[in-house]
Amino acid sequence: MSGVLARLRHRLGDEALGLMLALVAVVAVFGTLSPRFLSVANFSSMAFQLPELGLLTLAMLMPIISGGLNLAVTFTANIAGLALAWVLQGLGGAEAGVVVFLLGVGLALLAGGLSGCAMGMVIAYTGAHPILVSLSMMIFLRGLGEFLTRGGDISGFPDFIHPIGHGAWLGVPVPLWIFLGAVLVWHLLLSRRRLGFITYMVGSNIEATRYSGVHTRRSLVWIYTLSGLMCAVAGIIMLARFNSVRVGHGESYLLITVLACFLGGVNPFGGFGRVSQVFLALVILQLLSSGLNLLGANQHLATAVWGLLLIVVVVLRWLARHESLARLFGR
Amino acid sequence: MADALPAMPPARRGTMSRLFRSHPTEMWLTLLLLMLCGFLSLTTEQFFTWVNAFDLLNTSAVDIIFAVGLLVVLISGGIDISFAVAASVVQYVTAVLLGYLGGGNWLVGLLLAGSVGIGLGAVNAALIHYFRIISIVVTIATFNVFFGLLMFFTRGRSIYTLPDWWVRRVILLEHQSADGIWAELRLPVLVMTLCVLATYILIRHTTIGRQLYAFGDNPEGARRVGIDTAAMQFIAFGWLGLMAGIGGLVQVHYAQEVVPNALYGRELFVLAAVVLGGARLGGGRGSVAGCVLGVLLIAVTRNGLNLLGISPYAFQMIVGAIILLAITLSNAPLARLWGRRA
Repeated sequence: MSGVLARLRHRLGDEALGLMLALVAVVAVFGTLSPRFLSVANFSSMAFQLPELGLLTLAMLMPIISGGLNLAVTFTANIAGLALAWVLQGLGGAEAGVVVFLLGVGLALLAGGLSGCAMGMVIAYTGAHPILVSLSMMIFLRGLGEFLTRGGDISGFPDFIHPIGHGAWLGVPVPLWIFLGAVLVWHLLLSRRRLGFITYMVGSNIEATRYSGVHTRRSLVWIYTLSGLMCAVAGIIMLARFNSVRVGHGESYLLITVLACFLGGVNPFGGFGRVSQVFLALVILQLLSSGLNLLGANQHLATAVWGLLLIVVVVLRWLARHESLARLFGR
Repeated sequence: MADALPAMPPARRGTMSRLFRSHPTEMWLTLLLLMLCGFLSLTTEQFFTWVNAFDLLNTSAVDIIFAVGLLVVLISGGIDISFAVAASVVQYVTAVLLGYLGGGNWLVGLLLAGSVGIGLGAVNAALIHYFRIISIVVTIATFNVFFGLLMFFTRGRSIYTLPDWWVRRVILLEHQSADGIWAELRLPVLVMTLCVLATYILIRHTTIGRQLYAFGDNPEGARRVGIDTAAMQFIAFGWLGLMAGIGGLVQVHYAQEVVPNALYGRELFVLAAVVLGGARLGGGRGSVAGCVLGVLLIAVTRNGLNLLGISPYAFQMIVGAIILLAITLSNAPLARLWGRRA
């Protein structure tokens, strides 16, 4: 057994192994406590819930790795959803065709990308702190959305959008397919592409990166633009899931996305963090909230447990860093 | 401020110019605020009245109390996302405990709220100091823990029956204008003034204050010159906890009810205002004056938009745009013309 564990640790690294063990523990605990936990119905409902938070977390991940933060993710998603809803409403409402939908998706992506791009420009070219820039962008976008919708929601979309939020393909929910695709794209981008490598470098030491001949400012603009694009994807999924757009949908996800990134071992100062581990962290969070839900607790208790989990995990990481304890476990 | 002024050739400079060099952010904000007030006084009839000025202060009091508390944490190099929900926890716990005590009085209330607030701040400080977790990770976790548990145990129910001393209006100053409307300066403004003064004395006129700046600017350097780093974290987060507790009390006094999610989301707004006022994320810089000016600038903007008859739905958008613009300008090369970077 210990040989298997050692080999797994070698393959995955300490972090991923720890998260895997946590995942197994959560499944085991809830599996024994509630017979319905290990049912197809439960996994299916989890698979439908995961993508919204997951996509927003991916949008948060890249800025964090680059040493920043994007507090505007939820409202960027709302604005992108509004752009799509606006096109659908303007060009036929419930009778709108597929071409109109694609046009709307294009506009939604443009809206998300533009708001990310604007943030990236301010961050890159003025040197203002990303928390502050994205925070004011968040206040601005929320205001813009409330101004445009007057606080109400927009609904009445064509029927073919429904499957994007509720359908399944090969037994796997469509939103989950989209999310898995996004995870893959993010993984490849961060581990195989030049921009991904620069993202890690910028997060580690932006000055050294600049001196080694990288156009760090342009890279930062790209990082936030991509983050905005990912928000737009989340916004489109949210539109299809709720069959409506409302500014403030998913607002409570904002700090959860940061929590998920930290839980997944992303360094809060930037420079380190893996998509695969953040994905594991997201699955653990979803398992916890669904499990608690089955046991009769509500989402608020789940939120508190998520917070406690993050504290426990970082304390464990601190313990793991201490040599005396490491020796105890025979490193 | 912790950093020295750059060496400059002696030259004839006016007081304004010197102030712009030594306190660029505060001066810019004052200038901006004066321009805004001037503009609003000319374009609206109600802006330059006692009623409006007093109302502005009454409504900004809670935000300013939170802001000066957060300022101390920012100066010490930390950040806190959890203080607003901590204030909600304080409100609820205080209201429930006062119910058991049969109402109590303001001293009991203040002691209860203060100690619960400091206790919650100490939780953050302990996690940050003993486990070497950075403050944003800790406070995002405790934000979720505090809020989740509060909503779980209260089931989102509000409390409306509160002791008389807590919700009774206290008027400090009143003034009847020509048209017969009474302008009232109420208790929150007094509490706010005391909190602002206390924070000013703490960070500018005590050794602890100097140590907080030094610790925020360079924690390792501060440790090596013998500053007690644990004390710094506990003082900074304890102070914010105290301010959160007092701010929570005042907010209930103002709103006349305890609503568990009333302060949810306030933390980011206050953070924006404090950083707008020149506090640096990363520590070692920030002033009480800048912090108060930051909150007031946003409050006056909102008030002005209201008086100008602009749709309330547009408020947030314009406020966000103004903060974004202010950040861009204060970080742009333009600010460097005035000397140090703001």
